[in-house]
Amino acid sequence: MALPPEAAGHAAESSGLGGGAAAKPHARRDSVVIRFAGDSGDGMQLAGMQFTAESALAGNDIATLPDFPAEIRAPAGTIAGVSGFQLNFSSREVFTAGDEPNVLVAMNPAALKANLDDLPPNGVIIVDREAFTEANVKRAGYASNPLTDHSLDKFQVFQVDVAKLTTAALHGTGLNNRAVFRCRNMFVLGMLSWLFQRPIESTVRWLEGRFKKTPELLNANLLALKAGFNYGDTTEMFASSYEVEPAKIVPGLYRNITGNTATALGFVAAAVQSGRPIFLGSYPITPASDVLHELAAFKNFGVYTFQAEDEIAGVSSAIGAAFGGAIALTTTSGPGMNLKAEAIGLAVKTELPMVITDIQRAGPSTGMPTKPEQADLLMAMYGRHGESPIPIIAAATPADCFECAYEAVRLAVKYMTPVILLTDGQLANGAEPWLLPDVSKLAPIKVEFASNPDGFLPYKRDPETLSRPWAVPGTPGLEHRIGGLSSEDQTGNVSYSPANNELMVRTRARKIAGIAREIPPTSIFGDANGGDLAVLGWGSTYGAVREAVKQMRDRGKSVSHIHLRYLNPLPADLGDQLRKFKKVLVAEMNMGQLLKMVRADYLIDAIGCNKIQGRPFKVNELINRISRSLEG
Amino acid sequence: MATALTRKDFVSDQEVRWCPGCGDYAILAQVQKVMPEFGIPRENVVFISGIGCSSRFPYYMNTYGFHTIHGRAPAIATGLKITRPDLDVWVVTGDGDGLSIGGNHLIHALRRNIDLNILLFNNQIYGLTKGQYSPTSEVGKVTKSSPMGSVDFPFNPITIALGANATFVARSIDVEQKHLGDTLKRAHGHRGASFVEILQNCNIFNDGAFNDVTDKAIKADHQLALEHGKPLIFGKNRDKGVKMNGNRPEVVTLGNGVTEADLIVHDETNLGLAFMLGNLQAPMPTPVGVFYAIGRPTYDAATNAQLAEARAKQGEGNLADLLKRGDTWTVN
Repeated sequence: MALPPEAAGHAAESSGLGGGAAAKPHARRDSVVIRFAGDSGDGMQLAGMQFTAESALAGNDIATLPDFPAEIRAPAGTIAGVSGFQLNFSSREVFTAGDEPNVLVAMNPAALKANLDDLPPNGVIIVDREAFTEANVKRAGYASNPLTDHSLDKFQVFQVDVAKLTTAALHGTGLNNRAVFRCRNMFVLGMLSWLFQRPIESTVRWLEGRFKKTPELLNANLLALKAGFNYGDTTEMFASSYEVEPAKIVPGLYRNITGNTATALGFVAAAVQSGRPIFLGSYPITPASDVLHELAAFKNFGVYTFQAEDEIAGVSSAIGAAFGGAIALTTTSGPGMNLKAEAIGLAVKTELPMVITDIQRAGPSTGMPTKPEQADLLMAMYGRHGESPIPIIAAATPADCFECAYEAVRLAVKYMTPVILLTDGQLANGAEPWLLPDVSKLAPIKVEFASNPDGFLPYKRDPETLSRPWAVPGTPGLEHRIGGLSSEDQTGNVSYSPANNELMVRTRARKIAGIAREIPPTSIFGDANGGDLAVLGWGSTYGAVREAVKQMRDRGKSVSHIHLRYLNPLPADLGDQLRKFKKVLVAEMNMGQLLKMVRADYLIDAIGCNKIQGRPFKVNELINRISRSLEG
Repeated sequence: MATALTRKDFVSDQEVRWCPGCGDYAILAQVQKVMPEFGIPRENVVFISGIGCSSRFPYYMNTYGFHTIHGRAPAIATGLKITRPDLDVWVVTGDGDGLSIGGNHLIHALRRNIDLNILLFNNQIYGLTKGQYSPTSEVGKVTKSSPMGSVDFPFNPITIALGANATFVARSIDVEQKHLGDTLKRAHGHRGASFVEILQNCNIFNDGAFNDVTDKAIKADHQLALEHGKPLIFGKNRDKGVKMNGNRPEVVTLGNGVTEADLIVHDETNLGLAFMLGNLQAPMPTPVGVFYAIGRPTYDAATNAQLAEARAKQGEGNLADLLKRGDTWTVN
């Protein structure tokens, strides 16, 4: 087997050890992109995640992109039921899961058909031959068997009898056919682990944990894994294995982490740092539920998780917990954000701290629940009645979710305000190596409840931050009432005074705008003093934009990248920085929402680069768009 | 406590702004009167409300208070009570707030048995929005939004609460001060979600809705006071009772061979009986008092017990260890 010389979308620095390496026992690669694809029930997500863990432990830089259907079990063998997991592992720094796979693992004809368009010529296809029955071929919508009709001639196809080999390996275990069939993913994982010289110890450990209570299944999975590994070694099909050397990355202790896990850990870290318990009120929704699952397991950290009766109760219960002094959270995705809007307005008005996490997915309405999008920015900005400004933070990578979750809590309690944290489905389920932070160096989160009744007033503000005191029930002498009705400055008593209402609205707006004081100056990747074009991005487009800009710069183009974490307020210097560039291209997975904001705020004639397909930008798409802008 | 609190300690400095003659005044007075008897410091008491006339209630209590948004008070109170089980949390709601826009939160708070005291002021009308029919208004009611009479079949708050598996369900009346006070005390003494429907007169938009149980001339013949372990007797002369005729209740007059022994004896732990009583309607008498009261673990206590158990088993969480969970590797 010979891989193409280099992963597409990377700078031309091929190792030169590529094609025709058949005679060598180990061929070197800088980067490899593998896509695992099969039926939803084939365990491809799992195989992909374990391969990711193995690659991380092998010291590669990695980025992953799971891609699964919203249906849990669509009819077997149909295109609708295909679940995929793409992994880019490299000896260099990687920013995305890769535009197109070098290797496609297809467990059935539907998986092949659904993914073939993404595979470049000469790409490697590994299939389970036995799954290409007449019925399966037909169910996938093929007129004839692609393995025999020469339609795959421009690819390198490896046909492996995965089911048969797995069955043989598990002979004598006494497991039924169905259980044996479910071990096929471990056979495939074992085979690929050999092919790319991945250590399988981490998978062995993981299986031992997962099947602790079912030793017969543990044994079967281990047998399948090892059989796959040995098959790779002994079969003559693969003439060589491949080696992707460890990447040169910042020294330290690493773990592999998904965005949702990082988000949950960021919240726990903030709670520990603040010395307050966490309360999460949440209603299950894709792709946010994992944060609820994660936090539910941290009860010994004083984490309360409340699975509410609906989205509104999720946010409302959090408001109640905030009133009582907890670090209050709610997590959701777009449809849930709509439902929470009124309650968030109450938190704005009563100035109670909480973090609302919107793990964005493709809309409108139910849309494509498992696919990412960035179309909730303007809803986060303006999606409430009345003037109700809220700080907004967006995470750029899976690991960045940790810092952003932490920062969201810090701002919420410092400024006594709800904060919206935006991530998306790509970050939520995507993974990357995470350099573990030094816990002792986390920014302080100071929670001071009001306690002195002398001169206490519920809306008497801190002169610097303009935040009101956090006066929690149970504190003698501070009994007071708050509510959604317009309230008098200082006392908080109900007031319909026109001038007072304007004062309070303007004061809250000033409080939020004032957060800009502590937002770091805009960092420019590229031409710090300005240049031909700056790509402005936010959220999960970070990796694709950074890689595209790097490649443009390698070609000598004056292209820079500015990526925003703080979307409200925007960094104080952003307008000045953008004006240094002849052109500003705003790349986002929506119809141009940040674009509208920067045009409105800075009167800059920025242009949009938009994609609304429920799929991240490909590096090449961005390069093409940037090139057109430079020419135009 | 150093000194015992009095009613005045629970009166806030805010001017009460309900319409003159509103039944809410009587309820407020009674709540302020019974609060000192609980012996709970003011700072540990929280009143949470939604939107509507009744929901202005917290402003008038000199405790902690939160006037929230329409229908959501039970959910907000739930978050507070779970994280602050030390607090004495009350929810004040109405028939529109609690049974229409907030119906979902109410039934879930009841089934979870969150340790809240929930007072639902039922005036069978939308007052604050000036007189539309509510989910408890009778069919045929003519209002601004139902000029030909409402075709909307009403909810019965008592059977809704029972159907939601509430552990404490009671009914009282705004002007029945002693009965209301006693009912509030029973509700407060109950561990878990206590649901009290308070029949409350809206003298502007639905005046006299409960005349049969409040008019001194006739109320004795229409009110059936429920007392655990006592036969169901009512009437001005206490000569009427409710007995089973087959599997249906009927009103009988004592005497002529009918004795107290023939009457139904109230049992607060009998859910079937509670449902039957909850469904009594004219010409049957209107039951007031505690329909149902049983013990069941509360959600808030169970949740806090799980946190304590997790700490006991796993130890207090260590952040650095948590971050390192799973496979890690060192890059040199």
